[in-house]
Amino acid sequence: MITSIRGRNLLTLDELTSGAILEVLDTAELFVEVNQRTIKKVPALKGRVVASLFFEESTRTRLSFETAAKRLSADVLSLAVASSSVKKGESLRDTIATIDALGIDAVVMRHQSSGAAHQVSGYVPHVRVINAGDGLHQHPTQGLLDAFTVRQVLAERVHAKGSETGQDLFRGLHVLIVGDVRHSRVARSDIAAYSALGAEVRVAAPGTLLPACLDGWPLSVVEDFDEALEWADVVGVLRLQRERGTGSFVPSLSEFTETYGLTVERARRLRPSTIIMHPGPMNRGVEIDSAVADLPSAVIERQVSNGVPIRMAALYLSVTGTPEETTL
Amino acid sequence: MTYLLRHGLLVGPDAVRVADVLVREGRIAEVGDTLDAPAGATVIDVEGCWVGPGFVDLHSHLREPGREAAENIESGARAGAVGGYCALVAMPNTEPALDNVALVSYVLDKGARTPLDVAVAGAITQGREGRHLAPLAEMAALGVRLFTDDGTGVQDPSLMRRALDYARPLGVRLAQHCEDEALAARGSMNEGVLSSRLGLVGRPALAEELMVMRDIELVRLTGAAMHFLHLSTARSLALVSAARRDGLDVTCEVTPHHLTLDETACAGFDAHFKVHPPLRGADDVSALRRSLRDGLFDAVATDHAPHAPELKDRAFDEAPAGMLGLEHAGALTYEALGSEQCDPVTFFAVLSRGPARVAQLRASDRRVRHSAHGGALVAGEDANLTVFDPRSEWTARRDQLQSRARNTPYDGRPLRGRVTTTIAKGQLVVHEGKLQ
Repeated sequence: MITSIRGRNLLTLDELTSGAILEVLDTAELFVEVNQRTIKKVPALKGRVVASLFFEESTRTRLSFETAAKRLSADVLSLAVASSSVKKGESLRDTIATIDALGIDAVVMRHQSSGAAHQVSGYVPHVRVINAGDGLHQHPTQGLLDAFTVRQVLAERVHAKGSETGQDLFRGLHVLIVGDVRHSRVARSDIAAYSALGAEVRVAAPGTLLPACLDGWPLSVVEDFDEALEWADVVGVLRLQRERGTGSFVPSLSEFTETYGLTVERARRLRPSTIIMHPGPMNRGVEIDSAVADLPSAVIERQVSNGVPIRMAALYLSVTGTPEETTL
Repeated sequence: MTYLLRHGLLVGPDAVRVADVLVREGRIAEVGDTLDAPAGATVIDVEGCWVGPGFVDLHSHLREPGREAAENIESGARAGAVGGYCALVAMPNTEPALDNVALVSYVLDKGARTPLDVAVAGAITQGREGRHLAPLAEMAALGVRLFTDDGTGVQDPSLMRRALDYARPLGVRLAQHCEDEALAARGSMNEGVLSSRLGLVGRPALAEELMVMRDIELVRLTGAAMHFLHLSTARSLALVSAARRDGLDVTCEVTPHHLTLDETACAGFDAHFKVHPPLRGADDVSALRRSLRDGLFDAVATDHAPHAPELKDRAFDEAPAGMLGLEHAGALTYEALGSEQCDPVTFFAVLSRGPARVAQLRASDRRVRHSAHGGALVAGEDANLTVFDPRSEWTARRDQLQSRARNTPYDGRPLRGRVTTTIAKGQLVVHEGKLQ
């Protein structure tokens, strides 16, 4: 297990201890304050070069990472894969070697294949690799920002700062994750983060959208979705990954919505305090009803804005390395 | 040339004894307790080593024609020779596929220029497309004794039945890559807890076992002979063993990698560990090892699958499946058979005598210029001999391979036991572990 991401790659949340996760959350809390200043910039990564390599389309994650790097004063090299040599058949190893030759400290990487960030970390061991989503595997910063958002909301209710509450608010917290778990890297990272922090995780999905084998996962599968909604303190709705062929895993979108969508009717079973989350982009009317997404208890926009401080924290801890280096 | 192998442990079909072997003019001239070295004979001291019939590989992808950047027949034969092999069966999933007499002759001719015997497995269907039967009878007339669409299995049960019906009177054996592609669809590792956690699409054990079940029943229906390639699960083997008890003419093989690696090797997303059928769980690995010791497998076969380095550098789900096998198979089989507990008779049964029987290489075949393999080590036999030193300790190295490719999953792995000498068709091809 990894007890701190200082000076290390961030490839998966599976291997992080609760202490390592809390360190990122607490650091992000400092950066929230930076993001509220008029001059939203600190010199933490001045002179460092962060490459942003998105092999798969992304809007919010890419913008969020690049904003985070810039607010830390890093120089950002952004590779637009669609117009690059990658399209001409260049291998992952050659692409990363080319970027590395320009002199980089970190690479933020999204790829359609599970494990691609692991592979790259082996090719350039001197560069810190931050996984911005790999295939169906992991999306670590999403898992971290989801946990951060939950703690932030719960801490506000008791008029505390999240960092003052540490791990306390997660202990025994009921987290329900709904939808396409099978194809979701967000689900894998969320489950790792919430369970490491002491929450009780349940998942609700049609049999075809559960991973092939769940033995040993720190969760249980709910039999009655409606009952689970009443149980939940947090509901994480997953995006139905139609681009990954999810369409053939359910008879129809309308049947999916009927059985596992967070419809207005179903949302009535939630307690008013239950936090509703979605990693975006939403298929409104499919996995979540528009009206539900706009409820006061839905924190979807807050998830997006927390993306920046979390990614600042991840980059900062990962790139700057040793604790001595990391006084703000 | 004349060679005298001095004081080795001769491994016969049923028993072992310490003796000398004299090889002259391509044959075993004499076997005895202490033989005098004739004038001009090269004397090779093999005390403490095992001397057995040369290894025979039922499953070599030599990549020629079509993908010579990864391997060709000549480099594949070199890799085979240092691994102790005297005969290789070249698989037909080349580009184009070995599905006609001209292509089979091409490979046989190229093979005849190597020191080893290179036999050919022909394709069952034209272009390995699983739609129309390939000219099995014409290829059989050239001496082809095994047919397979390996790489994938014949998916259509009706076509497979027809192939078995057609093959039966030809006296040839059909070999199947058992994986139902619809079930294994796009998967890149064993389906289970680990694949689910890693976000890799799985190839379930059932995809293999279902096709094993189907083909056993087709063999029962047609009375034809069948060979099951690279079985990777305990259940698959149990099915084949039961079929054999029922009197069906079925044989089977296991690869060195399914005996020595399990799915956890995939956790680092290194595509060198990607193979079809996939590496399974540790329980399957130990079950396969037990079965190998119990003699339930006819052969250890390498599924030697060279790939160009840039292809194995791709992401795990995008990289081609397959790994090298010829150069480390002896040591890995020794390990799978229990290292110090390894029974030499079983060792040569699975690496030589068993596969020679399956490939019908027991007798020489003048049509294809093949010598006889898997013999009993008695005077008069064709001299195909492998000397294995079970005491040798060494390390597998990616940069020390004879193969053109580098995709071994064993780089850096300590190994026990090494081939020191290979005598193929009476010629000393490998001496002191080095190609001559």
